[in-house]
Order: sequence, then C-alpha cells, then structure tokens
Amino acid sequence: MSSNPRQPNPRQSGPHQREPETVFQGSGPLVPVSVLSAQDAGAGQSYWRLSIRRLARKKLAVVCLSLIIMMYGGALLAPLITPYGYTQQDLSQSRAGPSLAHPFGADRLGRDMLTRVIYGLRTTVIITITSLLGGTLILGVALGLLSGYLGRWVDSIIMRTGEVTSSFPDILLILIFVATLKPRLVLAVQRFEDATGLDWIIRVGLVDYAIIAFALSIFGWFGMARLVRGQVLQARESQYTEAALVTGASTARILRSHVLPNILSPLIVSISAGLAGVAGSELVLSWIGIGVQPPVPSLGRMMFENGSIQVLRNEPHLILFPIGAVTLLFFCFNILGDAVNDAFNPRAR
Amino acid sequence: MGTYALRRLLWLPFLLLIVTFISFILLRIGPGDPVQVWLGQHQNDAVRQRIRAQLGLDDPLVAQYFRYISGIVTRLDFGESFRYRGEPVRDLLAKRIPVSLQLNLAAIIITLGIGIPVGLFAALRQGTGWDNVVVAVALAFQSLPVFITAPVLLLIFALRLDWLPTSGWEGFFSPHIIMPAVVMGVPGIAIVVRLVRASVLDVLGQDYIRTARAKGLSETAVRYRHILRNAMIPVATSFGFTIAGLAGGTFIVERYFGIPGVGWFAIESLFGRDYPVMMAFAFITTTLFMLANLVVDLMYPLLDPRIRLGAGNVV
Repeated sequence: MSSNPRQPNPRQSGPHQREPETVFQGSGPLVPVSVLSAQDAGAGQSYWRLSIRRLARKKLAVVCLSLIIMMYGGALLAPLITPYGYTQQDLSQSRAGPSLAHPFGADRLGRDMLTRVIYGLRTTVIITITSLLGGTLILGVALGLLSGYLGRWVDSIIMRTGEVTSSFPDILLILIFVATLKPRLVLAVQRFEDATGLDWIIRVGLVDYAIIAFALSIFGWFGMARLVRGQVLQARESQYTEAALVTGASTARILRSHVLPNILSPLIVSISAGLAGVAGSELVLSWIGIGVQPPVPSLGRMMFENGSIQVLRNEPHLILFPIGAVTLLFFCFNILGDAVNDAFNPRAR
Repeated sequence: MGTYALRRLLWLPFLLLIVTFISFILLRIGPGDPVQVWLGQHQNDAVRQRIRAQLGLDDPLVAQYFRYISGIVTRLDFGESFRYRGEPVRDLLAKRIPVSLQLNLAAIIITLGIGIPVGLFAALRQGTGWDNVVVAVALAFQSLPVFITAPVLLLIFALRLDWLPTSGWEGFFSPHIIMPAVVMGVPGIAIVVRLVRASVLDVLGQDYIRTARAKGLSETAVRYRHILRNAMIPVATSFGFTIAGLAGGTFIVERYFGIPGVGWFAIESLFGRDYPVMMAFAFITTTLFMLANLVVDLMYPLLDPRIRLGAGNVV
C-alpha cells in the first residue's frame, strides 16, 4: 500500500465528507451541510436531486446526453431504423457519393454507408455497455468490497493483481489476449453450433462481442475496485459504522446504507469518464482487425479499410462519415463526463 | 528515499516476470503452428519433427519460458524470428525501435510544448473569454483517437493543401515526422492543458504566492519560479499515463503514415504467429513503460522537496 505514492487518498471522495464552504457554489439556496448530511444518510434524496439539478443546468451536457441516448437507442434498434440490410449489396451503386437514396453514400460493394455506420455504432455501444457493466460495475465493485471487507490476504491478492494489470500498457495484453484466445473460442462455439444445429451465434458476432468485452473487463476493474475498497475501509473505521454495529445492523445493511451511498457518485463519475476509453479500445481492436469480424460492421474496421490514400483522395465520404459518427460520440462522452464530474463531485473543481 | 527506490527497483523484475510469463503462455496456446510458417510450401513430417525438436517446442512450457528468459538475461538473446528465417529478433527490433522512440519523443515534445504554455495561459486569465475558449477546445479534443485525427489531417494537409508528405520516414529532422507526431501528440495536449490549468489555479491560491508577490518579486519570477514549478508536480504524475497512451497510438500512426517503426511490425508479427518477435516486443515495451513510471515516481521529491518517498506520511 504505502509503496505506491499514486494511491488515491480514500478520504477524497464521496458525499459524506464535503467541506461546508465548497459545496454549493452558485447553485440554488445554500443548505447548511449538517442538514444535508442528515438527509444523505437517510434516503440520499436531496443529494441526488441537487446533483441532477446541477447537471440539468448545463445545457451542452444535456444536449450531449440526449445525443448519446439517441445514438445508443438508434444503434440498439438498428434493424428497425436502417433503410437497408448491412450486407445488402447494390454493385451499381459502388462507391457512390451521398444521395437521397444513400445519405452517407455507398461503399465499394454498394452497401449503404448510413446503415453500416449505424450498425457499427451498435457494435461500439454493445461493447461499451457490456464491458462497463461486467468490468467496472460487477468485477470492480465486487472485488473492491471483498478486498476492503475481508482484508488480510484476500486484500493483498486482489490489490497486487490489480497493480500488476495496471502496471503495463493494457492495450498490448488485450491484443495478445484477444488474438490468441479468440480462435480457440470460435472453434469451440463452432463445435457447439454443429452439435446443436444453431447457426447464428458466430454469424451475428456474439463470440467477438463476448471476448472483446471480457478482455476489456479484466483490464478495466482495478480503478473501481480501489475506490470501493477505500470507501469500505473508511466506513469500517468510522463511528457511524460502529454505532450501526452496536445497534445490531448486519454487514449487508452497513454496506447498503453506509458504503453504497458513498460509492455511487464516484461510480457515476468514473463510468461517464470511462465510456470514451472503452469505446476507444474497441475501435482500436476493430481497426487492427481482431475486433468484430466482417460482415458485421464496426466503425474501427471501416476506418481501417477506407483509410488509404486512394480512398481519401477519391471517395473521402467513405471515411468521413464513420469518422464523423465517432467524433460526435467521443465529443459527447467528453462533455458529459466533465459535466457529470462537476455535478456529482462538487469538490473536484 | 534510497530504500524506496531500491524496493521499487527490486519489484520491477518480478513484475516483468509475471507479465512476460502471461504473454508467453498466451502466445504459445495461440492458434497456428510456427513451424508451419517456417516450412512454408515444403511440408514434410520428418522435417517438421526435427525443427520442433530443434526449436525446443516439444519441451514443457515452463522450461521453454525459463530458457527464453535466461537467454535474454545472459546474452540479450530474444531468439530467432519465425517469419524472417534465421534473423535474430534482436536485430529485427534494433532497426525499428529507434524509429518508434524518435516518433514518441516528437509526440511528447508536441504534447508538453503546446500543453504547458496553453494551460498556463488559460489559468492566468481565469474567468475571461480566453480561458473559456481554451477549456472548451481542450474538452472537445480530449481523447480524440489517432485513427480520427490521422485521416483528417492527411486529407487536409497532405492531399488538399499539399504542405506535408503523406507518408515515409526520413529521420527526426524532416517534414515527414510532423504529421504523425502531431496526430500522436494531440490527445495528450488536451489532458496536459486541463491539468496544468487546474494545478496552476490551485497554486495561485497558495500563501507562498502572495508572499512572493508581497516581497516585491517581478511577475516573471513569480510565474516561472513559483507558480510553474509547483504546478508541474501533477503534470509529472500524469506523464506515466501519457506514455501509456502513446504506446497504444504508435502502431496505428506507424501504419497510417508508413513509418518503419516497431509498433506495426509487432502487430504483423502477432498475426503472422511470429511468437519470438511479439514476445520481445511485449518484454521491451513493458520494461520501458515500467522504467518510465519509476522515473516519474522518483522525480516527485526533486520537484517538491516536501514529498519524501517511502516516508510514513505519504499514502
């Protein structure tokens, strides 16, 4: 522990320990912190309402949030809203520029680019959601709780493992991991498909999604685990936990009502800040060619395939539209992440 | 301080062993038979057996691993490439690593060279329009991936304006390095700007700045000796992360701009089942990354004498 000076101070986050004068800078009536803390400890209502109100006051952030929701919604509903199928070819339209029938133009095989961009977004969306849920939320929170609560050797093992996974460039290991394990998994699933008569598991890219989300998860849990652990340790030493114990509260109850409220806002902040990172990793993997396999569209692969000088010179729309979609997504992630941080973490200014 | 550095240094090879062991195992259970690659067209079972034995591929994995590591430690021998038959991995990489390092160095110069002054500028004009513009632009460009900036810059500066060459490598001091270095440097600029700005603002509120002004120091002296130096500490902290970010971008940039660096070469090796090359790449990258982090950690006390590493008061 003490050997790592970059270890964040566990006393730095969470709504319970705000300093009175820094709390509500220019946002609504000044509420005495003692009152607020009392409410926090109960249902946590007013803290959340205030944070959400602070967020809602940032217009650009709200616009970005709506855009993200639209992109996520549109991506998940891709089969319903896209005008063509993502494999549907019309060779007479090969490399056609934007037109009414094809607003984003068509690619080399005459496939509609708008459709492919939306499906590509879907890939990114599915992977960000699954790996944030799996890695940050489930793995991170669970291991953090275990580590903080059990302490001793469990704590040592979890924290040392985390330090190892975060002490080298993770993209390198994700690369090796995905490149070497995926073919084995695909083979196993092929056997499974042959045995059961199912034939769509590989075709829709399920195996690709699973292994990428898994690889990103095992390298993405440590930050959250460290945070949760800090909160647990802090709660364990605090007098309110002691009081709760004396009155006969169970471990589960202490975790739920004293540890969880302290974790929630850093959790929201770190998820909104982590979105761009996870999406970026997915794009890099697809770009290199070990992400989701064709014909399932992915924005990373699209940018790789259309990134040559010839395409840039002659049919720039083939790369500019995917780039536009990714840029918009990242821009919104960044604005939202920043606003969420301001709103839910008032001391981090 | 001394014991702290020593402990970190001793921890380093241990970490390296773990990382290389994981990569080694993963690469060995990966798909494809390197001997197949070796043999190419000439398939012959007897020859294959002989080569497998020759390369030691039939030994237990742990034995193979320790042979590999002892080769590196005793002779700096990373084995032979499977794809480029008979060429030592060391020679293959030795040609390419300097190229990537120069590219990374150029990117770091751009990141810090633009990021620090702009961040300082924004902080000293806090609350004005300039500050808002800088913050908004930094926010917009933060974590803008290289595969977005690379084609856009190529399109504008190489194809439309024809100011810069599209690809190639002619050393550190040539126009060829400008675009790739900018592409790699840009995501970091935004982060450095925001960090410097936040930390300068923090320093500006400190008592010692008021004291420095009160005792009549010139504004320049206050700015550079007191503000900037103290504000650099968080920036130094984040430097390790900057380097990690660069590592991820290197191979994409090398591929886009046709730079004969080690990054894209390693990716090709990964796909070509050239285990020894990929292993060596993982080994070297991890070592460099850890050393960089160590240097950053050891730099704190030089920047800020209040920090004593390894002392009990540092969490």
